[in-house]
Amino acid sequence: MRLEVIARPSLGRLIGFPAIALALTVVFGSSLALLAGANPFQTLGLILRGAAGSQFALLETLNRATPLIFTGLAVAVAFRAKLWNIGAEAQLYAGALMAVLLGTGALGWPSALLLPAMAGAAMLAGALVLLGPALLKTRLGVDEVVTTLLFNFIMLLFISMLLEGPLKDPMGMGWPQSSRLIPDARLPRIVDGLRLHWGFALALIAAILVWVIQSRTTLGYEMRAVGQNRQAAEFAGIPVGRVILKTALLSGGLAALAGFSEVAGLRGNLSLDLSPGFGYTGIIVAMLALLNPIGVVISAIFVAGVFVGADSMSRAAGVPTYIANIMLATALLTMVLAIALTRYRLRWD
Amino acid sequence: MAPDSMAQGPVLRLDGITKRFGALVANDAISVTLAPGEVIALLGENGAGKTTLMNILFGHYTADAGTVEVFGQTLPQGNPRAALAAGVGMVHQHFTLADNLSVLENVVLGTQPLWGARLDMAGARAKLVGLAQDFGLAVDPDARLGSLSVGERQRVEILKALYRDARILILDEPTAVLTPQQADALFAALRKMVAQGLSIIFISHKLHEVMAIASRVVVLRHGKQVGEVAVSDTDPRALAEMMVGSAITQPELRAATPGPALLELRKVVTPDRGTTRGLRGVDLALRAGTITGLAGVSGNGQAALADLIAGLERPSAGEMLLHGAAPAQWSVAEALGAGIARIPEDRHKTGTIADFSLTENAILERYNQAPFARRGWLDWRAARDFAQSVIRAYDVRCPGPDTRIRLLSGGNMQKLILGRVMELRPQIILANQPVRGLDIGAITFVQTQLLAARDRGAAVLLISEDLDEILALSDQIHVISEGRLSPPFARGTMSATDLGRWMAGEGFERGRDAA
Amino acid sequence: MGEILEIFLSASFWAAVIRIASPLIFATMGELICERAGVLNLGIEGIMVAGAFAGWMTVYSGGGLWTGVVVAMLAGMLFGLLHGTLTVPFGLSQHVVGLGITLLATASAYFAYRLALPRVTTPPRIEAFQPLPIPILSDIPLLGPALFTQTPLTYLAFVLVAVVSFVLFRTPLGLALRAAGENPAAVAAQGLSVTGLRMGAVIVGSGLMAVGGAFLTMSAFNSFFFEMVNGRGWICIALVVFGAWMPGKALLGAVLFGMFDALQIRLQQTSIGADVPYQIFLMMPFVLSILALVIMSRRASVPAALMVPFNKGER
Repeated sequence: MRLEVIARPSLGRLIGFPAIALALTVVFGSSLALLAGANPFQTLGLILRGAAGSQFALLETLNRATPLIFTGLAVAVAFRAKLWNIGAEAQLYAGALMAVLLGTGALGWPSALLLPAMAGAAMLAGALVLLGPALLKTRLGVDEVVTTLLFNFIMLLFISMLLEGPLKDPMGMGWPQSSRLIPDARLPRIVDGLRLHWGFALALIAAILVWVIQSRTTLGYEMRAVGQNRQAAEFAGIPVGRVILKTALLSGGLAALAGFSEVAGLRGNLSLDLSPGFGYTGIIVAMLALLNPIGVVISAIFVAGVFVGADSMSRAAGVPTYIANIMLATALLTMVLAIALTRYRLRWD
Repeated sequence: MAPDSMAQGPVLRLDGITKRFGALVANDAISVTLAPGEVIALLGENGAGKTTLMNILFGHYTADAGTVEVFGQTLPQGNPRAALAAGVGMVHQHFTLADNLSVLENVVLGTQPLWGARLDMAGARAKLVGLAQDFGLAVDPDARLGSLSVGERQRVEILKALYRDARILILDEPTAVLTPQQADALFAALRKMVAQGLSIIFISHKLHEVMAIASRVVVLRHGKQVGEVAVSDTDPRALAEMMVGSAITQPELRAATPGPALLELRKVVTPDRGTTRGLRGVDLALRAGTITGLAGVSGNGQAALADLIAGLERPSAGEMLLHGAAPAQWSVAEALGAGIARIPEDRHKTGTIADFSLTENAILERYNQAPFARRGWLDWRAARDFAQSVIRAYDVRCPGPDTRIRLLSGGNMQKLILGRVMELRPQIILANQPVRGLDIGAITFVQTQLLAARDRGAAVLLISEDLDEILALSDQIHVISEGRLSPPFARGTMSATDLGRWMAGEGFERGRDAA
Repeated sequence: MGEILEIFLSASFWAAVIRIASPLIFATMGELICERAGVLNLGIEGIMVAGAFAGWMTVYSGGGLWTGVVVAMLAGMLFGLLHGTLTVPFGLSQHVVGLGITLLATASAYFAYRLALPRVTTPPRIEAFQPLPIPILSDIPLLGPALFTQTPLTYLAFVLVAVVSFVLFRTPLGLALRAAGENPAAVAAQGLSVTGLRMGAVIVGSGLMAVGGAFLTMSAFNSFFFEMVNGRGWICIALVVFGAWMPGKALLGAVLFGMFDALQIRLQQTSIGADVPYQIFLMMPFVLSILALVIMSRRASVPAALMVPFNKGER
């Protein structure tokens, strides 16, 4: 048994396999609904309506997509250079922490200065959080998958410590949460009256910038070369270690913006339920987008839609909301397989 | 093992074997028979279909048509176990050995029932030691495989087949990694095996070896069986023409006009890196207008020398002079800046990035320089134009500059690498195994380019394991052994046998490696 | 300092060390088998969750304790089959597939739990494995309560290490598995199936990971709740590296780890614990794991073909 490269895959292959993957995901999700005693068509309908059935639903989906675009970009940038950053969750909280540190009154600057300062500080903090594992990788050869994963737990405990200690909101009635941001530290809504904040626009801009970096700059070329073939990159004189560190800084910074945007745009304070796993979901987002930054936007909206839709379906039909996670994990696995099958043929000889 | 009554019939019969990979016909109705105690050679260029045919015999591939018979029994297709059980043993060109296991473990692997309760190591050791003695293939059963030399590894690979009671031995390019003397020793061992009734298929593209060991030669070309002759009825020239399909034209050789030394190494030492041996006090001068050949068994420091010149390694002691002056810094960037053209040993792993387009691969060494980049921004139009010009000038056969380089043949890949460095008219050229694995057309093309560069005044370092290639192209030859370099030998002063002695480490005076 | 000495001299502390190490031993052996054959299994975290749930659910719905262990193992093997199919014959990225399996297995367990118990807020408890003192040996002071007054699953964990060690280094199968992780071409050349060996390793290894998860619900906490695995799977991956891919050394690592974990729990109750936020103690396991990786990075004897897919005659 072996895999044979297909020189020029047919259009049928290119569209067919991903379509089958998507169909499989839907069929699998439907059978889960059936298992839960619900009508699968009704369930899917409810998910769809909950995600995009009204202006409110649609805006909710876009709001939910915003942090996913950031974490998806963070993962896409890192994975492209084969830097396995599974720590977007930790970087997100680092960003959120900086937003709270600067935005709860420590700086009395006007909005136009304060918000960029918060965003910048967030990016810096996220970048530093990933710099550790990246340095361990380039200097000592320590696998970054495990270190970034473990950092997620450390960071969450660290935040928990702060929220029960120095950052605890005195008005929070004992809840482990921070004080609220001052009004000047809040990201305004894009259109008055519509519940969508500027974080979403920032995410779109970030996606475009990442795309430009990857396709038009020498840094992007270096990151792709290091990811595709480290040995050849080294031979060509590309400073592999430095490129990995730069990639880490960019990736960590992007993930941190998710935390900044959630705190400054949506929540207004920091608590331990800020992220329901946005960092991990970012991996699904990035993989479904084939690591393409523009694709990340689309796939983040899709993934957010599934979550938002499943939440509202769960309330109406009683199917546990974890159906969304199962469907997305299925979509991830079937899609990587489908993409491989567009490029390779399995031969039994 | 074959019953004696069948000893008269052929031990092996390949009948009408056909194998296609997509549009490529790798084997087109090939038929071969092998008599007991016979040695036949399978001769053909790289890509002629020799390895594919043997992979079918061994059960790694299934044929689209044709049958394989061993001792009169038809072998089921695609089943290496059946081939092994029938007594077919294969000595792969790329050894199928695990570095972190011991010699004994490598030999025992797969020979005892997988679900057996316990490995019988004592019995295995006794059998292995016995075989090693019988055939003069001495090896330490407890040595970790990774610590063995290439020659010793090949012995393990052969012992592995003998351990499984192989009656038919297939050797795929077995001498590619050996000195001429080691090759002779191998031939002696093979003759012992033949005397004990083993039959051998010897795959090679080296004519004098084929003439020396085989009684019959089967010639393949582009997947077709183009001839089958007894060695007594032919000569190397006729075989060569049969193999290539036309009279062979050697690249034209003009007298060298040596100039000043462009790159000089004085007592250079580099550290060992894992399994890569470093250099131990190397003196070398690459002169303008000459080709310097570096002969040696692989793993003796060639990689360290190539890395040093390519800018990937720095001397830990000794001096390196470029155009007479020691460079202040030494890295890939400095090497490229000094105008060193680098043709790496492995075009797939180091020379190119498989999923990058030809354009992206063409600018790999200069992606951050004008005209391809300005202040960090890439100019894809300039890059594409450059790729186009290389494709045209160096006859790279491809659908276009946007094609992923993975889809090109080895020869065309090498032409792109050659073009990308030669377009700058380099003064110093590092050519590490530049023609390995290429067909004759591509070989001639690459060698002609190297000779042309030398004739316009470039200094070329040619690293090769193929002594014929070294002897044909080099104006002076060094031999490398255990990180030490022999004195230079001028063209025509050394025979392959003489070089073989140096390759085996003879002639290096003692104490020199104390540095 | 007297408080710390007191901890080290108490039998209950050492019993806790072994109890904490037990699930890690199962899962670490599972991961070690996978990696020895050349496959990094990042599904471990999720497979442990699935095993924890499957074992608990079986007992909760009336099954026997050992039935629960078997069901957990089968659940793990099912995810192993999926992981192996995608990463071995299809050669997909072991990183991506592993993380995908973790997401899938975790979500599946949570989904099934919510399906079975839609409105439960306090997780129901089950009648779990009870300590089984071994006659005579359990009377040894300090050592007896620590090593020989454990549940049957713990004894099984220690037996497992010996079995894995024997199979890997003393049987033809083990040699073939190790060779598959060192140079799959060597395995294929001997007519053995690399695909079969690697798939088998991933399936069996995943089954063991699931038993490690089941230990949590059936021998430690006696109920199933969300996020109960809490990074133990990732820690096991670090333990495999720390143990240099040797079962015995990995066992040592797991016990060391159990010691630090038990120590931090007890330190929280002491005067030190009153001054230091408890989160610092909870961080220790993760910090230690990272430290272990850093210390071992220089002399790691990683299987040469780990994460390298093998496709016979790839063209």
